[in-house]
Amino acid sequence: MTLGHYALRRLLLGVVQVAAVATLVYLLVAALPGDAAVALAGDNPDPERIEQIRVAMGLDRPVWERFAEWLWGLTHGDFGVSIVSGRPVADFLADGLEPTLLLAGLTMLMLVPVSVLLGVASARREGGWLDRVVTTTAVGLHAIPEFTLAIVLIALFGVQLAWLPPTAVGTDGDLLAEPAVLVLPLIVLLARPICSISRLVRAAMIDAAASDYARHARRLGLSARRVRYAHALPNAVAPAVQQMARTTDWLLGGVVVVEAVFVIPGLGTILVDAVAGRDLPVIQGLAVLFAVTTVLVNLVADVVAFRLAPRAVT
Amino acid sequence: MSNHPFPTLDRRGFLGLTAGLSVAALAGCGTGAPAPAAGAPRAGGRLRAAFAGGGAKEVLDPHLANLFLEAARSKALYDKLADFGDDVAPRPRLAEKWEPSADLTRWRITLRAAEFHDGRPVRAQDVLASYARILDPKRAFRAKASLGLIDLPNSRAIDDRTIEFALKRPYVEFPNVLASFSAYIIPESTEDFTNPVGSGPFAFVSFQPGKSTVLKRNPRYWEGAAHLDELEFVIANEESARVNALLGGQVDYAHDLAPVTARGHQGSDKLMLVRSPNSGIQAFAMKVDRPPFDNRDLREAMFLLADRQQLVDTTLSGAGQVANDLFGKGYQHYADDIPQRVRDLDRAKWLVKKAGAEGLKVKLDTSEAASGFVEAASVFADQAREAGIEIEVAVGNKDTFWADTLKNGSLSSFRSGAMPIESHFSQRLLSKSTTNVTKWARPEFDALYDKAVSTADDAARGAVYRDMQRTLHAEGGYLIWGFADWIIGTSPKVGGVATAPANTLDWARFDKVWLA
Repeated sequence: MTLGHYALRRLLLGVVQVAAVATLVYLLVAALPGDAAVALAGDNPDPERIEQIRVAMGLDRPVWERFAEWLWGLTHGDFGVSIVSGRPVADFLADGLEPTLLLAGLTMLMLVPVSVLLGVASARREGGWLDRVVTTTAVGLHAIPEFTLAIVLIALFGVQLAWLPPTAVGTDGDLLAEPAVLVLPLIVLLARPICSISRLVRAAMIDAAASDYARHARRLGLSARRVRYAHALPNAVAPAVQQMARTTDWLLGGVVVVEAVFVIPGLGTILVDAVAGRDLPVIQGLAVLFAVTTVLVNLVADVVAFRLAPRAVT
Repeated sequence: MSNHPFPTLDRRGFLGLTAGLSVAALAGCGTGAPAPAAGAPRAGGRLRAAFAGGGAKEVLDPHLANLFLEAARSKALYDKLADFGDDVAPRPRLAEKWEPSADLTRWRITLRAAEFHDGRPVRAQDVLASYARILDPKRAFRAKASLGLIDLPNSRAIDDRTIEFALKRPYVEFPNVLASFSAYIIPESTEDFTNPVGSGPFAFVSFQPGKSTVLKRNPRYWEGAAHLDELEFVIANEESARVNALLGGQVDYAHDLAPVTARGHQGSDKLMLVRSPNSGIQAFAMKVDRPPFDNRDLREAMFLLADRQQLVDTTLSGAGQVANDLFGKGYQHYADDIPQRVRDLDRAKWLVKKAGAEGLKVKLDTSEAASGFVEAASVFADQAREAGIEIEVAVGNKDTFWADTLKNGSLSSFRSGAMPIESHFSQRLLSKSTTNVTKWARPEFDALYDKAVSTADDAARGAVYRDMQRTLHAEGGYLIWGFADWIIGTSPKVGGVATAPANTLDWARFDKVWLA
């Protein structure tokens, strides 16, 4: 199978996947108890007022009708409007995308070199002091939930030592205007994936170094360095690339926690608010965005892995 | 999440200690509040206040206000005709005075000389237009029910500063309506709030939904200009984030802190606590129209088996005070002559037996809709077990909790913020009340209410309210066990923060606050 065929087949599958996710999310949220009118009425649940809000929001129309309308709009690139605020969903997404993308992007940008470097370095001397330090730290950090890590870091560096701002309050989502606010969130987001990916690279490097082709290459008189970096590394990185794709998916979820703790007004915050308010079109817009991202990232990862080690993909 | 959906009028509020201060506190005053020691009032500076927000759905339309954040912002930008003092009795604001007709069906309101931020005067027409907008039958503004008894077609502007309201029935508590939540006065025919114009102490600068709002001092405010040059509201939904932002110096004011946080930072020099005792009303609601609590003896048994002090100590971390199954301690017309109920397990057991309810199993509906609900429910379940009643705590969906418990179940968690005792009756305890959780519907109680609100004499009216409270205390459906403190954190350089119940006049009143 050629790479082009493979990519095309995966792309078509991706469209089906996104449609399935959108439908499923719609059905699940519609099945949640209560609707946007009930959520908006809150602790003043006057039934008459709830009914009025419902009519004002168009919630008195059948679920399938609203879904069909939304789906039709989507085919035209129209995400609809928030039923709670009346603002276009595309505005919500655009608003939240910047901080989330910045966090996720910076995380990935630092994750790749750091974790591959750590993995390769600790594989060089299996059981050496570097390997043991990296392994111990990795396993330790991996065992701490990001929420806990965030709280500890804030208490220590944000409040006690006052080296770094404890939250991103007041930056209005423009995190680059005050880059110091990014440090703690990035550490929290990096901690786990660095551990898992560096461990993966390390194991794969050790495997590759002990493999038949590496032994053969050495017998042919290639330098140890050449064998390690030109032959073993690409094979070792292939599984790591797919793990990185999974990390990207995880990041979209992981930022929900990090955004809440550090007060970053990104997509995670918008999602939490939208679910609490039963704002279906906004939830739907986010679901589509997340689904598309997941499909694309995995597609790119598989294609890259295919290039690195063609037999790794079936 | 501390981003409770719509923690508004019914949410926790509290009784302040500075009753009457608001009326006296004209420009440059406000020092009567037991605020942190920040020296004498000083002009200038930008104060950053952190509140829980509503995300990107927040609006600047004051009539749509629902959240504490939106209430605080509306108060900075706009005025109401009246607002509640610390005793939750109405105080004149844009209205200079109100005069009812002898039969209490017509009210003449005189406006004070005030102007909107764009320089136009606040006129009688603006008031009528604002109320007409809220009462629009096609819309669902929160204040609509409160304003419902205004007969708008027969109300009129007598001149630019005099309005005569016609009411659908005699109603002596009409000033409570003028003070109702979100009944703000906007310039006539305003529908666009992207650049809001009000008559409040601060004028609009910028707004980013779910992120921040910046306001600047209105130098021509009728009550005297604010101390602060600028006021910025920032959003931090998590309580811990508000505390951290305050400790890290990122904000100067953090709204709505948890009792546990307050206990942890008591005496800290980084964070000053402003707490108002006897506040948010904490209760369990029993539905009196269905088994098992249609039995009066069983309701009394529940009142008697509750260990109120234990509930306050555990679920409120001691930041509160026991209650006496009555709403609104310290508020105008509160029946403080009724003796405090104390735990009497023997009598409770005897009443359970008398009601034939030994070994009764009953579900207590609760949720995370308000902080401390689930904890209070489980503590109460343990207390009930000692009297032979098996309470099963059912944790439901927090987003729909209020609507669910209005209709279903027989026992549920309940809490409320400040509102006049009369409003508590009319919204929750009359046959036609729309949010009658306890299903208390008694013609004789309705008749007493009608009598009270058509009695002009204060003392005579107060006596009727006390009678009504006596009935509720003896056999009502609300087991009101505590009043929680309302807790605000400020940096040590902030002065002038009053201890007022949430949603009353002096709560979140940033025109009286200064930065040292």
